[in-house]
Amino acid sequence: MSGGTFVGMPAFPKAAHEAVNNPTLRGNLRHATHTIRAKRAVAVAELDDWAALREAGKQIKDHTLRHLDRYLVQLEESVTAAGGIVHWAADADEANRIVADLVKMTGESEVVKVKSMATQEIGLNEALEAEGIHAYETDLAELIVQLGKDRPSHILVPAIHRNRGEIRDIFAREMGEWGRPAPEGLTDTPAELAEAARLHLRDKFLRAKVGISGANFMVAETGTLMVVESEGNGRMCLTLPETLISVVGIEKIVPTWQDLEVFLQTLPRSSTAERMNPYTSMWTGTTDADGPQTFHLVLIDNGRTDTLADEVGRQALRCIRCSACLNVCPVYERAGGHAYGSVYPGPIGAILSPQLRGTASEIDASLPYASSLCGACYEVCPVAIDIPEVLVHLRERIAEGGQATREGNKVVLKPAKGHAAERAAMRAARWAFSHPGALRTGQRLASRTRRFHPRSLPGPGKAWSDTRDLPTVPAEPFRDWWQRTHGGKDTDK
Amino acid sequence: MRVALFLTCVNDTLYPDTGRAVVKLLTRLGVEVDFPMAQTCCGQAHYNTGYRHEAEPLARHFSDVFGEYEAIVTPSGSCGAMVRELYPRMGERARAEGRGDTLAATLAPVVPKTYELTEFLVDVLGVTDVGAYYPHTVTYHPTCHGLRSLGLGDRPRRLLQAVKGLELRELPGADECCGFGGTFAVKNPDVSAAMGADKVHNAESTGAEVLCAADNSCLMHIGGTMARLETRMRPVHIAEILAGTEEEPSA
Ligand code: SF4
Repeated sequence: MSGGTFVGMPAFPKAAHEAVNNPTLRGNLRHATHTIRAKRAVAVAELDDWAALREAGKQIKDHTLRHLDRYLVQLEESVTAAGGIVHWAADADEANRIVADLVKMTGESEVVKVKSMATQEIGLNEALEAEGIHAYETDLAELIVQLGKDRPSHILVPAIHRNRGEIRDIFAREMGEWGRPAPEGLTDTPAELAEAARLHLRDKFLRAKVGISGANFMVAETGTLMVVESEGNGRMCLTLPETLISVVGIEKIVPTWQDLEVFLQTLPRSSTAERMNPYTSMWTGTTDADGPQTFHLVLIDNGRTDTLADEVGRQALRCIRCSACLNVCPVYERAGGHAYGSVYPGPIGAILSPQLRGTASEIDASLPYASSLCGACYEVCPVAIDIPEVLVHLRERIAEGGQATREGNKVVLKPAKGHAAERAAMRAARWAFSHPGALRTGQRLASRTRRFHPRSLPGPGKAWSDTRDLPTVPAEPFRDWWQRTHGGKDTDK
Repeated sequence: MRVALFLTCVNDTLYPDTGRAVVKLLTRLGVEVDFPMAQTCCGQAHYNTGYRHEAEPLARHFSDVFGEYEAIVTPSGSCGAMVRELYPRMGERARAEGRGDTLAATLAPVVPKTYELTEFLVDVLGVTDVGAYYPHTVTYHPTCHGLRSLGLGDRPRRLLQAVKGLELRELPGADECCGFGGTFAVKNPDVSAAMGADKVHNAESTGAEVLCAADNSCLMHIGGTMARLETRMRPVHIAEILAGTEEEPSA
């Protein structure tokens, strides 16, 4: 079991509180994100056409999303022609049922998996477990998360919150429960840890009859799926089993083979700061006597067409899951990935989860506020997703309500609960700011009473004054000084 | 040249010294400054917190007040970015919602004429040496909206480097957010405070006396954190540094 789903997470500020106060976690995260961030900057600076590649990636994805219906049909045709079988799943339950049935049809009770966020998103491992099927993660970081009965906290490095010592302890304690135990006297050197994982996984690869994968891209024109990875475990999962089931979100399409030339440059440089990723595996349907003889593609929607219906928010579907936005995000760095309550943490998670799942739950309603809008995420995103723009757009949906699409239907959302006082304050401020005379009266009142101002604030403002001193109100606001010295006319409206 | 000073509601109410410094500086450079008394707030806090419908009347009011001027100068990167980057977006949204071009047409005139102070000095007046004197060690924090929305680049640092007596120290992790983010500081106090503390520790490591920025909102957060952490440093707005001269020094 990979440690449960994210359901029932507390709201972001509460979840972040613990992470901020956990020095080991903060140290691990700070070290990891700063290292990769610096490397990425170097890898990107090497290309003098980076800006053009970024724009091309954005254009290709936008074009594909605009004609998604057409490309999905084309993909289904080409996958089928190549000997694959395509299944459509509207939501997580449907996807899990399809996969569980497909596994059961093989008569197997074990599957090996290569890193797939889509299956994490739908909680597939848990659903399979409930049907008596054990799913083994084979990506090193996913393995650490699974053995540690933990949850992923980063898109690319799901175990980023763990350090080497913690990983050694997890391997020594847990591997024996799952299969081949860790070697005696395992230390925390990276080479020994990697060797322990390799030996443990080899057993699984050689036994498995069913593999489950995700995909980074699907080519509509040829029906080809692609996984890029660093460890080579993917190609074991993709080639050794007799049956391969790929579970992929419908937005992962590109129209043509040639479109990949853009993403195979921008993805590795943005994510691992490599010029090219070490392993690129592609598969197209089935081939006689080579590789899996049965291939299923399960295409999942799970909130994606609803997201597509939103003109501002749909750009989140351009995401190629490079994780660059996580690594530069100062909020992610302090709050950690778990605080985002989803397999998609960081800035992209803050805009994707409340769109895929809706904003009804406490955690989803808190995510659009989990950002200082500093814009670092937008700056690094290789497909130019304007994450701050979408955050503000979703804040509006939460604060003011408005139109949204849920399960294909247009709905009018009411403002979320708990925003009444804020809304009233915003209205009052707007009123005062629309009446300069009122603003001025308020300023003067503040100046005259300045000696009595508290050094800490009541209510929600307390959070501010607990950790920072408030500024003192000056004796005279600027506009009074201006009028006194420059004789400005009081043009109250 | 005659310009309108858009001081911003935060500066007007809490940081009048910054306003006085801008007036002094621009006047010294031969610019005639007017302060339209009907000005209030650009609507940034409303917009960014998700209250676009409260922000629209404020944007309209801004355009009414400032539309006539040749140039609008503001000592705030984030309020400058609100006008330049987000007003056009508000217009587009209104159009997309079938409310016609009225909002876009109302807001359009002020957008290209609004300059953040350092931009105005370097790009419009064409000066980097403003004749200032400030005998202190200073480290410069480029605030997020100045850095990324407005693209101020090295303009503020060039201005500071030309100040007589000033020693500029590089700030480690300069382009990392200080953690203010308007209502973010209230909604996510733990993360905001942790970001602020890191910013202050980085600033302290330079050994500078002063942390300088071109936005008092961020300086309020950083300064409040400095006071709480009992550092020897103090926050100062760039306008106050640039306004000082040997005859009339700034604090
Ligand atoms: S939003 Fe952009 S930067 Fe973040 S993971 Fe997706 S593609 Fe990468």
